[in-house]
Amino acid sequence: MAADKFIAIAGNPNSGKTTAFNWYTGARQHVGNYPGITVEQKKGTANLDGRNVQLVDLPGTYSLTAYSLEEVVARRVLAEEKPGAVIDVINAAVLERNLYLTVQMLEMGVPVVLALNMMDEAEAQGMKIDVKRLKELMGLTAVPTVARSGQGLQEVLAAAVALSDSSSECRPLEISYGPDIDEALKTMSAEAESANFLTGKYPARWVALKYLEDDEEVMKQGRTVSESVHNSLNATAGKLAAHLKSTLNTYPEAIIADYRYGYISSILRQGVLKEKDDTRNRIAYSDKIDKVLTNTFLGPLILALVLYGMYHVTISIGEYPLGWVEEAFDWLKDVVGDTMQDGLLKSMLTAGIIAGVGGVLTFVPLIMLMFLLISILEDSGYMARVAYMLDRVFRFFGLHGASIMPFIISGGIAGGCAVPGVMATRTLRSPRERLATMLTAPFMACGAKMPVFLLFVTIFFEDNKALIMSGLTIFGWVSALLVARLLRSTVIKGPSTPFVMELPPYRMPTISGVLIHTWERTWQYIKKAGTIILAISILLWAAMAFPELPEEVQETFTSRTAPLEEQLSAFPYKELADERKSLEEELEGVGEGKPEAAAIQARLDAVNEKLEKLPAGKLEAEIEELEGQLEELPEDPVADELRIRIAKLETAMVRLPAGSAGAKALEEQLEAAQTEFRKTPAGSLGVIIAEKREALDALPEKQLEARIAEIENEQAGKALRQSYAGRIGSFLEPITAPAGFDWRTNIALVGGIAAKEVVISTLGTAYALGEIDEDNEATLAERIRADKNWTTANAVALLLFTLLYSPCFVTLVVIKQESGKWRWLFFSLFFNLLLAYGVAVAANQLILRL
Amino acid sequence: MTDSVSLRALKKGQKAVIAAIQADGEMGRRIRDMGLVPGVEIEVVGRAPLRDPVALRLLGFTLTLRNNEADFILVTPA
Repeated sequence: MAADKFIAIAGNPNSGKTTAFNWYTGARQHVGNYPGITVEQKKGTANLDGRNVQLVDLPGTYSLTAYSLEEVVARRVLAEEKPGAVIDVINAAVLERNLYLTVQMLEMGVPVVLALNMMDEAEAQGMKIDVKRLKELMGLTAVPTVARSGQGLQEVLAAAVALSDSSSECRPLEISYGPDIDEALKTMSAEAESANFLTGKYPARWVALKYLEDDEEVMKQGRTVSESVHNSLNATAGKLAAHLKSTLNTYPEAIIADYRYGYISSILRQGVLKEKDDTRNRIAYSDKIDKVLTNTFLGPLILALVLYGMYHVTISIGEYPLGWVEEAFDWLKDVVGDTMQDGLLKSMLTAGIIAGVGGVLTFVPLIMLMFLLISILEDSGYMARVAYMLDRVFRFFGLHGASIMPFIISGGIAGGCAVPGVMATRTLRSPRERLATMLTAPFMACGAKMPVFLLFVTIFFEDNKALIMSGLTIFGWVSALLVARLLRSTVIKGPSTPFVMELPPYRMPTISGVLIHTWERTWQYIKKAGTIILAISILLWAAMAFPELPEEVQETFTSRTAPLEEQLSAFPYKELADERKSLEEELEGVGEGKPEAAAIQARLDAVNEKLEKLPAGKLEAEIEELEGQLEELPEDPVADELRIRIAKLETAMVRLPAGSAGAKALEEQLEAAQTEFRKTPAGSLGVIIAEKREALDALPEKQLEARIAEIENEQAGKALRQSYAGRIGSFLEPITAPAGFDWRTNIALVGGIAAKEVVISTLGTAYALGEIDEDNEATLAERIRADKNWTTANAVALLLFTLLYSPCFVTLVVIKQESGKWRWLFFSLFFNLLLAYGVAVAANQLILRL
Repeated sequence: MTDSVSLRALKKGQKAVIAAIQADGEMGRRIRDMGLVPGVEIEVVGRAPLRDPVALRLLGFTLTLRNNEADFILVTPA
């Protein structure tokens, strides 16, 4: 035998094929894609009596007609890679339909070993299969198996290896297709045989059969091999088709299928299949579950619960591990930040590489959880019911019932993520519907868009926060569905893929199957997204960091800060505060409870003691204690309400011209509210804290610090403005003016293409606020409030733009990965930008004119 | 063949035998691949909450297809 021969595993979907493959290979498998297409290619190694056997798991198909990508792939492997033998895993409970694929493989001359799987279920359903008789009639080895427990699998593999080792030629099966077709087949196969037409790959009769079946894939190959033979075969096939159409009003492929099924049922009737009793309903338990789960009223209700539960588990629970990964990367950033010299390399490492790769890896927990749940839903059989129940709705938009899952995960319930969402489109087997779903899922209100929404909704729609937030989510749905409809009637035009789909009986998913599935999909994401994102992160970082400010400009800044720094260092406070900071960081790095921590803590205490003897240190310590007390206070609804009223009044004040009658009235109300607030415990503490803080800020060393920070932020703002990203922002200003965006917003939005999380932090830098985090998001809100250029119209435009514009880079890369084409990445990028721009301009102009 | 009707017309719980498949191309092939060929006995086991698609039982498994796909399938009610 040739050492490089491998065994392929074929079979219908839901036949237990993958379970068998997992049993054989365990962890010794790897998943890739077939070149150029997105069908998964699984290979692995099995062990048979100490000998390694290479296995390939073919995609699950019902037939080998080459209409779907899966069938094309399966057929290509069988014909071109010529496996030594094929293990055909058959669901014994649906023997007749499963043998349809078997017969087609035998016609191709493929050496087949049958694994009659799920024999336990078949028997429980009252079927009795005479395996010996089946073997005799079909002339091949057949072994009863139960893949879930591994029963019989070793025997099947041994038979397959033996078949592969044997030198005997496997003769293709020849079925009679009735006088008309048999006659044509005879002349056609003789012609193909004599011309050596495709016969290196396929048996001649099979080629002839495919010409009669009008098989595009084979005919395309035929045309390239020999135009004349191709034309001649095509002419014969056409003549027969015309004849059959006029005499029997049918097509050759219909007759061929009929005869194939006829052949199968004649075998089964020759004593192979005996049903003990003709029970009306062989899969009664599954029907009983379906009575509830697909019930007209209960079905949608349970579906809503399942979808919500899925979303909740993926996003809410996924948040914890996501937080851990984020923290780990923040820590890494700190370590690099502390140990490396300031400079370009450090900036690239922290702001470019660590932030970028961290961005990719933080999604991993989400993706794992999502695939875990989807695998469970798929393997249990529920996913098919989801598609069944919702198909009528989604079909209207040119989508498929199964489109719901990607939409929900992407943020159909606010707060999802489009990265796992786009990957979830793998459950769709219809290519056009799948692509449309993939391209529209990013319109949903994903979690990273939320902070942007929250910030602006808080500033401009304080009173209708919930309404506007849910309105944005709904707007995401409407956009996704309408755009899907548009795409399906333009760029992804074409009739809907036939829905015809099996509703497999409900089954308990196997743990190993679910885990293997989850891991292999996650790993694919890490590998692919990781490499591309790394490159893009560096590019984006460079756009924000270059060109640097001209040296003379940098010098003007340093010449302003240098004397201040010098004055500051004259204060003993400065040195001690620096020491405190580095000790605190060291402590955090070591972690509490470690033996080294005690020593650091002791040094920190000593520094703190010295600090408290200085006026600034004393005030800081006092403020910290008072703040602690403030937090300990019991909840006080009165104080909370007053606080909100004060905030609202302050916002309203800013929008009125100073000194006007309206402003004066507001001022009086504001003062009254503040007096009232001071009477509450929280208010009185707040007043003391504010006073202390004022005293602290008034200290010369603190004022110096503030001045330095101000100059540095100004420098950062200026640097960003004239970096490439900033120049793009300014360059875009005339274009984005109709939507009401200035250069600051533009840079933030350009940065948001990298990751939507960046929008707020970039806006902060552009407003020269330094890095924005949760602590000073409030200051950004104040800045925007105070900025007279920001109107409600602009805000609405920005909200809609953020919702609809280009997906983030990770999503774009995943779209490329899932669709297999760069084209769709660029389409997503530009089409969504254009759409968002149109909507934003329309909204801005409309509100301005109201 | 005179009393054959479209599969769409069947009610839930009704049984029938397939008389003819009037689709060619991709649709016809998909339908046949799933075992829907003349002579096979089917039963309508359910309809989705919006009455479309329909679920069928044949050859010991459950199949679902859209109403406009069921139109291609002519059946003789049992």
